Amino acid sequence: MAAKTNALKVTTPSDTEILLTREFDAPRDLVWKTITNPELLPQWWGPRGTTLVVREFDFRVGGGWSYLSKGADGEHPFKGEYREIVAPEKIVQTFIYDVPPFNEMVAVENMTLTERDGKTTLQTLVQHGSKEARDGHLQSGMEGGAGETMDRLEELLAKTA
Amino acid sequence: MHAFDVLGDPVRRRILELLADGERSAGEVSTVVQNEFGISQPAVSQHLRVLRESGFTSVRPVGARRLYAVDPIPLRQVDEWLEQFRRSWEESYERLDELLEGLKQKEGKEDGS
Repeated sequence: MAAKTNALKVTTPSDTEILLTREFDAPRDLVWKTITNPELLPQWWGPRGTTLVVREFDFRVGGGWSYLSKGADGEHPFKGEYREIVAPEKIVQTFIYDVPPFNEMVAVENMTLTERDGKTTLQTLVQHGSKEARDGHLQSGMEGGAGETMDRLEELLAKTA
Repeated sequence: MHAFDVLGDPVRRRILELLADGERSAGEVSTVVQNEFGISQPAVSQHLRVLRESGFTSVRPVGARRLYAVDPIPLRQVDEWLEQFRRSWEESYERLDELLEGLKQKEGKEDGS
């Protein structure tokens, strides 16, 4: 058995972004075909113990997606719209947790797939916050953090515990 | 301001690190941070104000000095949220691993016929 090298990496490249990086032991075409197949989505999307109902999967620019995730703690609806699709390397979509007041917040997910030695790295950049929030940032002159990982936060927490 | 926006800034994270070692005066924090980041004293004051107003630090006056300390509660809330977020994705990706493994074998069989 190979050592577990495909751990999920979570970093915060800027004030309002989260970057998820994960490697998969499969060629990019297969990863692409799998994650863009609505029939396969219920087999992987969401934490273990949840079931997924794909209510809409209109996979084209301007098309919508809508999922209902059912778990022990109830039902969680998610939805969004495809903004950019470049097979087999890129998907940009909006992401909304469709429950008030959270559904006022629209996140943008930028997914990119890159292949190396038959393995595929999936990077998902989640951009949070409204345009107003971002503009507010720029005006207040605050610069984005420089790729700090959340490990720093954990170190901090360990200190204050 | 959203907790992420508060913690996304390297100057504010550094200030929290300094305070994590124990209470410090605004003046002490300012001296260290001004040196490390090459920013002005009013800029540091602005960051201290953000941290104070967002509840990440508490402050108490001692004579003419204002002593800052970390309030760990909002930090812990952010950490819990992130942990939940990470766990949810980790489990999805593990399930995707398993699915891909099965699909690879299936494709291999079809190709190798």
